[in-house]
Amino acid sequence: MKKVLLNGCEAAGEGAISAGCKFYAGYPITPQNRFPEYMSWRLPEEGGVFIQAESEISAINMVFGASAAGVRAMTSSSSPGISLKQEGISYLAGCELPAVIINMNRGGPGLGDVTPSQSDYFQSTRGGGHGDYRTIVLAPWNVQEVHDLTYLAFDLADRYRTPVLVLADGMIAQIMESVKLKPKKKKFPEKKWALTGCRGRKPNSIKSLFLTPGVLETHNWKLARKYKKIEEKEIRYQEYFSDNAEVGIISFGTCARITLEAVKKAREKGIKASLFRPITLWPFPYLQLSEFIKRAKKILVVEMNLGQMLDDVKIANRSNRRIFFYGRPGGGVPTPEEIFKEIKKI
Amino acid sequence: MKVIYKKPESLTDNITIYCPGCGHGIVHKIIAEVIDELGVREKTIATAPVGCAVLAYDYFNFDVTETAHGRGPAVATAIKRVLPDRVVFTYQGDGDLAAIGTAEIIHAAARGENITVIFINNAVYGMTKGQMAPTTLPGQKTTTTPYGRDTSYHGFPIKVCELLSTLDAPAYIERTTIENVPEIIKTKRAIKKGFKYQIENKGFSLIEVLSSCPTNWKMSPSRALEWVGNVMKKYFPTGVYRDKFKEGN
Repeated sequence: MKKVLLNGCEAAGEGAISAGCKFYAGYPITPQNRFPEYMSWRLPEEGGVFIQAESEISAINMVFGASAAGVRAMTSSSSPGISLKQEGISYLAGCELPAVIINMNRGGPGLGDVTPSQSDYFQSTRGGGHGDYRTIVLAPWNVQEVHDLTYLAFDLADRYRTPVLVLADGMIAQIMESVKLKPKKKKFPEKKWALTGCRGRKPNSIKSLFLTPGVLETHNWKLARKYKKIEEKEIRYQEYFSDNAEVGIISFGTCARITLEAVKKAREKGIKASLFRPITLWPFPYLQLSEFIKRAKKILVVEMNLGQMLDDVKIANRSNRRIFFYGRPGGGVPTPEEIFKEIKKI
Repeated sequence: MKVIYKKPESLTDNITIYCPGCGHGIVHKIIAEVIDELGVREKTIATAPVGCAVLAYDYFNFDVTETAHGRGPAVATAIKRVLPDRVVFTYQGDGDLAAIGTAEIIHAAARGENITVIFINNAVYGMTKGQMAPTTLPGQKTTTTPYGRDTSYHGFPIKVCELLSTLDAPAYIERTTIENVPEIIKTKRAIKKGFKYQIENKGFSLIEVLSSCPTNWKMSPSRALEWVGNVMKKYFPTGVYRDKFKEGN
C-alpha cells in the first residue's frame, strides 16, 4: 500500500473519498479551510459534487438533502461553524439520515481563536442540538487516524442511519504526516428508504415530525434501542503501558499523543505511568476505563480544555480513585515536559 | 362509461389539515395535475416546509422529505445535484422562504439551481396562528401587530419576485394569485412552465402564488379571496418578472 504525505484535512478528504463519499458542502472557516479547498477539485475528479454553501446552516442542510437522496455525504467546519450546524445535526438524527461531520476544533467560546483546542467535547458528546439523541463521536490523534476514522465514520453512519462526528482539532488539520491510504470501497449497503423517485414502489418520505400522541415517544424508544446497540458494539479505545500503574492517565486526540510522550519519559525515569485513550468519545468506554482506573493508584486527566471529558472519567471512576486534572483552555497546547511535571507532582 | 374528471394520481387519499377556504389545497392540486400531465410522478422529489404545509408528504403521492424551517432550497439543491435527472421542487410559505430561509432562497436562485420553487404568500404565519409575516401588508392586523403593521416600527414587506429578479441566474420568476378561476388557470400555466423549464434543464424557477388564509385573516373564504385580488395584488403586482426563454426573447 502506497504512502503519501498529506495534512489532516487532505487525509480526511481522502478517507471520505475512499469510503465512497460523493457529496460535500462546506463554508470557509479557519483552521479547516484546506478541507473545502481540497474537496473542491478532488471530489469532482471522483465523480462527486462539491458545493461551497452560503452558510454553515445551508451546508449541513445540503448534506441532509444528499443523504436523503441516498448518497454518502459530508461537511466539515471548525467550532463556531459546528455550533451553527447543530439544528441540522438534530434533524439528521431525528430523520435517521447518515452523514459525516468533521470538526477541526479551535478555541472558544465565541469567535475564540484559530489554534487547536478540545473545547467542543461537551457539544460533541452531549448532543449540541435539541432533542433526545446521540451522535457517534470519533477522536483521531494523528493524520493517519483522521484518514482511517473518516473512512470508518461513513460505514458507521450508514450502518446505524445516524450522523457521525469526527472530532479532531486545528493541530491535526494542519500538520503533515505520511498516510497509508485505504483502498476504495466498492460495495455499499442498499438504501431502500432513500428518496430517489417512487418508480416501482410506494412513495418514501423522510421526517422527524410525529404529531399523533405517543408516536414520537415510540420513535424515541426506537432511537434509544439503536443507541444501546451502538454502545454495545462500537466502543473503541487504546491503552499504553496498561500494567498496574502508579499514575493512570486519560487523554484523547492530539492531547493523548502529547501525553504519551510524557508517559514514556516517566517510564524512563522509573515512574510507572500508563495511558488510556478513548477513540470513541460517544459511545464512551466507561466499563473499560473503570477497569483501567481500578488497576491504577492515582488518576490524571489531561485535556486541552477546562475539564470536559473529566465528567465522563468521574462516571467511570467506580473504584473511587483520586482524580487529578491538568488542562489548557483557549487554544493552549501542553508540552510533554509540562505533563511530565504534573505526573511527578501527584 | 367515459371518465371526464378524476383526482390526480399525484395526490393521496389523505384528508388534509387545511382550514376551509385555505389556498394550499388549490395549489397542491395544481402541482399534482401538472406532475401527472408531465408524466414525472415517479421521478419527482419534493421538500415540505415548516408551516401549514409541513405534512405535504402525506398529501403528495411521490417522494417528499421534511426540511428544517427555511432550508428547503439547500436540501433541494443537494437532491438535484446528486440526482440530476429527477424533478425536484420546494414548497414553501412566506415565513419559511422570505424570513428564516432568506439566505437559502437567494443563494439557490443565484446559483441557478435547476429546481422549481412554489412559494405560497398569504401574508401571515398560518401554522402558528397568525403572527406578522415578512409579507404582511402595511396596516395589516396580525397577532403580533395588533394595531396593524406600522412600517416605521415593523418595516416593510419583502417583495420576493422583485428581489430575486435582480439576480442573473434565475430562468423564470412569476407571481400569480388564486383569487378566481381565470387566475387559478394562470397559476397552473405558470407552475407547469416552472416544471417544464426544469425538465428542459433551463434552470431556476420560482412561482409566487398570492393565497388566502381566511382563518388567520378572520374573514369568510369568499371575502378572503376578494382581499387577495383587491388588496394583496396591489402591493404584490402579478406578472412575469423573469423569463429567459420566453418565445421571441
